[in-house]
Amino acid sequence: MDVLHAVTANQLRTDIPEFRPGDTVAVHVRVVEGEKERIQIFQGVCIKRSGGAINETFTVRKISNGVGVERIFPLHSPRLAKIEVKRLGKVRRAKLYYLRELRGKAARIKERV
Amino acid sequence: MSGILGKKIGMTQIFDESGLAIPVTVVEAGPCFVTQVRTEKKDGYNAVQIAFGDIKEKNVVKPLRGHFEKAKIQPRRYLKEFDFSDMDDVKIGDEVKVDIFHPGGTVKVTGVSKGKGFQGTVKRHKFGGGPKTHGQSDRLRAPGSLGQSSWPSRVFKGLKMSGRMGGERVTLKNVTVVKVDAENNLLFLKGALPGARHSLLEIVK
Repeated sequence: MDVLHAVTANQLRTDIPEFRPGDTVAVHVRVVEGEKERIQIFQGVCIKRSGGAINETFTVRKISNGVGVERIFPLHSPRLAKIEVKRLGKVRRAKLYYLRELRGKAARIKERV
Repeated sequence: MSGILGKKIGMTQIFDESGLAIPVTVVEAGPCFVTQVRTEKKDGYNAVQIAFGDIKEKNVVKPLRGHFEKAKIQPRRYLKEFDFSDMDDVKIGDEVKVDIFHPGGTVKVTGVSKGKGFQGTVKRHKFGGGPKTHGQSDRLRAPGSLGQSSWPSRVFKGLKMSGRMGGERVTLKNVTVVKVDAENNLLFLKGALPGARHSLLEIVK
């Protein structure tokens, strides 16, 4: 495995802030439309982190127009311009799948201090 | 049609310029050394024999030891012949490295697939199996009928049935070369390749 880690080491990003499942993050995604490139922000709750090293991904869930939307981002993708941690959440598990069944007031997450 | 021998290291992913994650298999290929050049005049065909892989001196059988001595190179684990007709003037002792490949090109990769043991027809030959419902019992992964009736009163030879699966020679064509790391003798090939990690692969241009 050492070789695999070594060959991908230079692709790992060092500018990623520390965040955990339960935290609210705003992901700035570079969107390429033809020639132009713009930044799109996807803000929501991180409900899981999975994988390790270059393969690590995280899932962000938000309610958009009353519909739950989840996006999975590769953590080290060069397409991510920036990740902003908006709010720290206090949760008791690593994968917050239970949020999918909850709406509104019930889907709140306590703040971590 | 030059080729090289390599060892499969494993799979990972790398991001390309547009930010897409490309699945790659990392192969430690070469350096290989030319041990023998076969010519039409002497052997009836043209080929180049190359050697690859570390081996302890004591594990090399005597006849091979002499063969390597003749080529004046250290004994290696594997010997394979390749058609090097696109390269001229190949001499004994020449080094074959990954720089014969270029990113964006395609290669042919041959290896021995992972052994799967004794498998049923559903896994081995992609049979559909039987129905799950409508009063069926013990039919879910059954192969179904093996043939006709009183004629021919036998099962035809070569019928697809259960048996040993995997552990056979598999060749993949048109495998894209994503990256070449000549410094560390590494090749990055797109997608999965046959065989377990650390198994031998033949890569032909």
